[in-house]
Amino acid sequence: MTQYIIRRLLQMIPITLGILTLIFSLIHLIPGDPAVQIAGEGARPEDVQNVRKSLGLDQPLWKQYVTYIGNLAQGDLGRSFRTNESVSKEIAARYPATMQLAFGSMLVALLVAFPLGIISAIYRNSWIDNVARFFALIGVSMPSFWFGPLLIIAFAINRQWFPVSGREEGLKSLVLPSITMGLALSAILTRMIRVSLADELGQLYVTTAIAKGVTRSKAIFRHALKNALIPVITILALQFGSLLTGAIITEQIFSWPGLGRLLIQSITTRDYPQVQASILVIALTYIMVNFLSDLLYGIVDPRIKLQ
Amino acid sequence: MKTFGRLIRNFAFMLGLVLTLLLIISALAAPLLSPHDPFHQDTSRRLEAPSDDHPLGLDDLGRDVLSRIFYGARVSLRVGFSVVFLASLIGITLGAIAGYFGGFVDMLVMRLCDILLSFPGILLAIALVAVLGPSLNNVVMALVITAWVGYARLVRGQVLKVREMEFITAARALGARSPRVIILHVLPNIMNPVIVMATLGLGGVILSEAALSFLGLGVQPPTPSWGAMLTSGRRYLGLANHLAIFPGAAIMLAVMGLNFLGDGLIDALDPKFRKEMR
Repeated sequence: MTQYIIRRLLQMIPITLGILTLIFSLIHLIPGDPAVQIAGEGARPEDVQNVRKSLGLDQPLWKQYVTYIGNLAQGDLGRSFRTNESVSKEIAARYPATMQLAFGSMLVALLVAFPLGIISAIYRNSWIDNVARFFALIGVSMPSFWFGPLLIIAFAINRQWFPVSGREEGLKSLVLPSITMGLALSAILTRMIRVSLADELGQLYVTTAIAKGVTRSKAIFRHALKNALIPVITILALQFGSLLTGAIITEQIFSWPGLGRLLIQSITTRDYPQVQASILVIALTYIMVNFLSDLLYGIVDPRIKLQ
Repeated sequence: MKTFGRLIRNFAFMLGLVLTLLLIISALAAPLLSPHDPFHQDTSRRLEAPSDDHPLGLDDLGRDVLSRIFYGARVSLRVGFSVVFLASLIGITLGAIAGYFGGFVDMLVMRLCDILLSFPGILLAIALVAVLGPSLNNVVMALVITAWVGYARLVRGQVLKVREMEFITAARALGARSPRVIILHVLPNIMNPVIVMATLGLGGVILSEAALSFLGLGVQPPTPSWGAMLTSGRRYLGLANHLAIFPGAAIMLAVMGLNFLGDGLIDALDPKFRKEMR
């Protein structure tokens, strides 16, 4: 196992470096003179010079890169143009909100996908299986930026059960954003559980268990489901990463004060250090989650480690 | 003929085909279909609910929503086709070169793919549009940069298989040079999965364009784009729900249609591709 972890960690190094380079180059991709663009049209030359200096744009490129990586290693992500405070402070304040939303959506997805997936695997090709199939189809085609507003119309405006936006009302505020973001995931999971469990139910060991007198429900839940969950767990962990990017849109719909909303707000105000830092944190979390899900896969399915 | 028969009997494929044709017709015939000028503002009638004259109502500037949806299809399709065309061109070229020659080139292309894949696609697109500035061309570029990877990996995998076949050895033995072998012998044999990927990819691109526009990073006003229409509609939820409902429905039907079409193609062309597409 240790060897497997080390190998995966080593594989992460070039990828992380690649992403750091990508984010570093972003500011140099700004068309024209980045300093002029950031200071704004019609800014005084000394303001432009200030921006250039504060961002280190007057230094040679390699030096900028080394400084950037060096600062990152010390946890210094830069200062916001707008507030002049450390960008990491703003990120630390927003991170929990995004995580809460991601976990909320995952919970929604599990609550929907488990019963639906299991029932449609047991009653294959029945009406309920068809309903689940239709639901999965709608779920993956429905854009969250449409589903969210529909939920707001139905449950926050027509029936005032939940707040329209914000995070002030605690768990009540979490419900609609979580459902919005959890829909696509629950659709994917439902299909996954159905296929995986249906596969296991056709295996001989299930027939053997039933032949030996085990009740059908015990054969399903004690024997087949356990094995069927292996691929499901991996998908679930992998999808957690995509929830982070989904949060960018969902947070915008519900004015949810998380990282995604911070990113879009900083883009609008051209606060480039904040933009870079937000992207970096989302990307690194994404890589980390994928790494952990790989490890998890290795743990639940020992065959993987050999590959 | 067998493939054609299978397609005709596939309900999802036919539904997808109808929805996709509707999308294409809306885009091409927008000026003929639109009951009103999509840019004409009548501020005295802003946010008006659907009526006989304006079947889908009027928006926050008093423009006809139905006409703007027809014209919005143009933006969606233009971005969709441009991205899929450019991404598949880049992806097929790099994937074929990587797969055919192997070695250092292969490693380089594949590592680049790994880096781009380890980064969530929409996040990279947002980052690029954020620094380049929002415009139709920049949206296309940002989406191409993330989309070519899928084609490159698919094509490389296919080329690796085809490369070892006897007709390739025969072509080489007859003196054909590498470019000729790749273009005339390898590529025609691996196009089916690429077509499927392109069809499915088109829906994904349309969705991404709508998402970027929704975030204010896409096509700029007054050009009608479904995503941007949804954003302004969101501000009037409760007051004028039709502004959010109809553009969203258009996006969903378009994406669903293309997904059905792609799914049907997978089953008809070769079911074993389903596994390879993942």
